Amino acid sequence: MDFHILGQQLVNGLALGSIYGLIAVGYTMVYGIIGMINFAHGDVYMVSAYLTAICLAILSYFGMVSPFFLIVITLIVTVFFIALYGWSIERIAYKPLRNSPRLAPLISAIGVSLVLQNYVQVSQGAKTQAVPTILPGAFRFGTETEFIQITYIQVLLIIVSFISMAVLTYIIQKTSLGRQCRAVQQDAKMSAILGINTDRIISTVFIIGAAMAGIAGVLVTMNYGSFDFSVGFITGVKAFTAAVLGGIGSLPGAMLGGIILGMSESLFSGFVNTDYKDVFAFSLLVLVLIFRPSGLLGKPLVEKV
Amino acid sequence: MLFTNPNDPPILAALKDSLFVGLIAFLVFAPISGMVLDGYGFNSHLERPAIMAAIVFAGRFIYQFLAGTSFGKNLIAKFAASKAKPGVYVGQSDGLKYLKFILPVLFIACLILPFFLDKYWLSVATLAMIYVLLGLGLNIVVGLAGLLDLGFVAFYAVGAYTFALGSQYGIGFWTAIPLAAILAAMAGGILGFPVLRMHGDYLAIVTLGFGEIIRLILNNWMEVTGGPNGAPAPNPTFLGIEFSRTAKEGGVPYHEFFGVTYNPAAEYIFLYIVLFLVVSLMIFFFSRLRSMPMGRAWEALREDEIACRSLGLNHVMVKLSAFMMGAMTGGVAGVFFAAQQGFVNPTSFTFFESALILAIVVLGGMGSVVGVVLAALVLTILPETLRTFAEYRILIFGILMVGMMLWKPRGLIRIRRPYFSRGDSK
Amino acid sequence: MNAETLATNGVVGESTPALLNVDGLTMRFGGIIALNNVSFTVQPHSITALIGPNGAGKTTVFNCVTGFYKATEGKLSLNAGGKQTDLRKVLGERFQWSDYVNPKAFGERLYYKAFGGSHRVALAGVARTFQNIRLFRELTVVENLLVAQHIHLDRNLIRGTLRTKGYRASERKALETAYHWLDVMNLTEDANRLAGELPYGNQRRLEIARAMCTEPKLICLDEPAAGLNPRETEDLSKLIRKLRDEHKVTVLLIEHDMGLVMSISEHIVVLDYGQVIACGSPKEIETNPKVLAAYLGTEAEEVVS
Ligand SMILES: Nc1ncnc2c1ncn2[C@@H]1O[C@H](COP(=O)(O)OP(=O)(O)OP(=O)(O)O)[C@@H](O)[C@H]1O
Ligand SMILES: [Mg+2]
Repeated sequence: MDFHILGQQLVNGLALGSIYGLIAVGYTMVYGIIGMINFAHGDVYMVSAYLTAICLAILSYFGMVSPFFLIVITLIVTVFFIALYGWSIERIAYKPLRNSPRLAPLISAIGVSLVLQNYVQVSQGAKTQAVPTILPGAFRFGTETEFIQITYIQVLLIIVSFISMAVLTYIIQKTSLGRQCRAVQQDAKMSAILGINTDRIISTVFIIGAAMAGIAGVLVTMNYGSFDFSVGFITGVKAFTAAVLGGIGSLPGAMLGGIILGMSESLFSGFVNTDYKDVFAFSLLVLVLIFRPSGLLGKPLVEKV
Repeated sequence: MLFTNPNDPPILAALKDSLFVGLIAFLVFAPISGMVLDGYGFNSHLERPAIMAAIVFAGRFIYQFLAGTSFGKNLIAKFAASKAKPGVYVGQSDGLKYLKFILPVLFIACLILPFFLDKYWLSVATLAMIYVLLGLGLNIVVGLAGLLDLGFVAFYAVGAYTFALGSQYGIGFWTAIPLAAILAAMAGGILGFPVLRMHGDYLAIVTLGFGEIIRLILNNWMEVTGGPNGAPAPNPTFLGIEFSRTAKEGGVPYHEFFGVTYNPAAEYIFLYIVLFLVVSLMIFFFSRLRSMPMGRAWEALREDEIACRSLGLNHVMVKLSAFMMGAMTGGVAGVFFAAQQGFVNPTSFTFFESALILAIVVLGGMGSVVGVVLAALVLTILPETLRTFAEYRILIFGILMVGMMLWKPRGLIRIRRPYFSRGDSK
Repeated sequence: MNAETLATNGVVGESTPALLNVDGLTMRFGGIIALNNVSFTVQPHSITALIGPNGAGKTTVFNCVTGFYKATEGKLSLNAGGKQTDLRKVLGERFQWSDYVNPKAFGERLYYKAFGGSHRVALAGVARTFQNIRLFRELTVVENLLVAQHIHLDRNLIRGTLRTKGYRASERKALETAYHWLDVMNLTEDANRLAGELPYGNQRRLEIARAMCTEPKLICLDEPAAGLNPRETEDLSKLIRKLRDEHKVTVLLIEHDMGLVMSISEHIVVLDYGQVIACGSPKEIETNPKVLAAYLGTEAEEVVS
């Protein structure tokens, strides 16, 4: 086995995994709080990729070239707009369904997912889009011929993901908002009785989830450069796999699951087969659900009777 | 809302609220539909989000304004009442009294229909029938058993490829139908057995993944499936009689056998009739199924799994039977699809296909056979007549799905439950 | 106390083997010990009551007995219809190391892992009702009772579709049984209403009827009198006696209504904080100081009266 290839795959896997982790946050928090798989979440991420490209296009139209400002402004703008998406979607398609039959919100979410994909396709065309490289260059370790390479943008990606996760963890663990979130997650009815505005908390969770997906969208787009309207589907399912792998409902679990999934997928495509890397990820999902449905960090749950 | 004031007169309050909503709508629509990417640059089309936001604003304003009037209040109350009305009732007979007459007439009409259609509409009708079959299959899984299967298309693909690839090994149309049914059911069983014991919602995502796995395998396993290029499917035959101008499969062309003039549409007419008979059989079967122990168990499971278990029902097996039965139907539909297209490739089996079938079930009322049949016909024939909207087809399906859930999550058609009087023998 | 209890039960058990034998039952949820070494027996054709303050673990005992929770430790055996059933084994236990050297044990464990579950407990002859009524709300009352007879019916799809003679006979018999139980429960009027539409009291009776339709040897009733008015409670106590006397079923019930418990049960098991604190005849329980202490401040007067 070539160790530099192994190392390179692990580095790529780490970058990919932090992205899965960021997106998985949206699944895990929403599932934790209203027990619903938000099928549209992957498409929210896809929309954020478009927002990134649009924002970059507008900024360069105004002649902005500094990578630092390009990245910071794009992050802020994208997160703002994508949070608005997250909020609106919850408001329109999920909130009225709080007390409806079990399948209703799931089906509604699938509807939203279709709407988002087709809306983007109709507005922006079906073609693959691309963004210019903003931050070229890379760190290299090793010899001339055998080296491990980490691009600057990958470094940025990993750092920003970890900072976002750290900030989010702080918010959830230490602030009043976070306490309310956790309370609603434990028992929504009781929290409402105690005066917590559960609707507002649920909205907030959707906004947080969308914002994290937005950050992921910006970073991925800057890293890989190209995307189209259908990228949300596969990425979404994989991020969900990451959430389940880490233990659904658990924030650190989402990150851990993301990184494990990213790395193993990267290794699989590096050493086994690239064509079947998605098959590998889905198979992993099924295996985890069968053998460890509570995930790595989730608490085993006994369904109350 | 943010800047409304409780002392505002109603009209002003409505205006402010609608302005706020319109503004949000503008912000949501502006970047994606207003700034169209063009290479690394963009073209501004801000008029598009402006128009959409204006529509949202107007709609919201009219709604808010009407909500203030007694007429509007009435309307809203009526709407709420229609929503609250239970989607289920207990009825003695199958609704219409003259069903006995309508059904045979309808049956004959559908049977002779292909003789009056041109080739294009015949293919639409066949496709519609295929979707009826798919809808009926998924209806068992989602509507009756309450299992959200988002990878239904996988079983459809199994059926289609069974026929297409099987033909290379001498498997004909008539062998392919039962074979596809068995293979699809087996695929359903292998997936379902481990998966169906997990928590309900996980099933949705696992089946989604499974559908995608099947598609990826079809796409990548070049040696067997032909990859993205697909595989040809032969023409259907009937007792060795072929529908091509000259015999290819070693049988007799039909026009020679019957001594009639050759009609290139004959093959499709034949396919439609066989398909229609299969669909009729399935409709008959499924409507009986609902009053059979198996069907009852599915619905009971949908209502309360824990109670089912406490009554000695093996929930995994009951779910599995629904799952396999649905898969089987999907597999059969796949054979007809392959036969009709003469060719299969992976692009016919994407998630959108699953979503479309789900839309049929949802619109049809989750559990109602009549509803599913109607929805399948509407959702496949309508887009054909409204070609200009083809681009927006999926958008409309999506909106329809959300709208249905908001308005009538139990579907448009009320579900009838059978009436049992003492000593009934049915 | 526990040893003492076992000893007294053991004496009874010598003459007639117990129908249900709970031995050292322990149930943990994460850190919570909901049941701690609970042991008691239920004699055939008796009415046994399980009482205790809120949260004592009564429902948890039911859930363990009927297989909805997998007990952490202990033995549960049912001796019904001339057959001894290990109620834990049929749920599908974890593999033990010894299984890997004993193919027969391995096969058996695998079989129950694949096809076992709480339904096996029901098949062995234990039926139950739930504290929060669990009816098939959108099915009719009759259909609820037909589903309960599922395992006894002709389930062949072909015969069913063709409505053969045998199939019709099986359905007719099921319908007769259903109407028989509706008569017993005084629910005939409601036969063709949706179960979810019935008044509360009728729903409770329907749930009992449904449990009885499975032809159980032991029926476990979880707070059957909850939410009933005194008249309905009076009727219920007659009904429970009737079930035992005329329909040859053993009754195990959880109830907070001390009047009901004292008047109909022959044997009472008292649970507090997941432990059996007393067990014996109503007379003995009434005067047991430990029971009085457990109930003091809550329902002490009722116990005494
Ligand atoms: N699935 C579960 N997960 C975690 N804890 C549980 C679960 N089921 C029960 N418990 C805990 O076990 C304890 C006993 O609960 P149980 O429902 O058995 O009480 P009970 O005696 O039936 O009370 P009540 O009279 O109020 O019905 C409680 O502390 C409860 O919170
Ligand atoms: Mg209880």
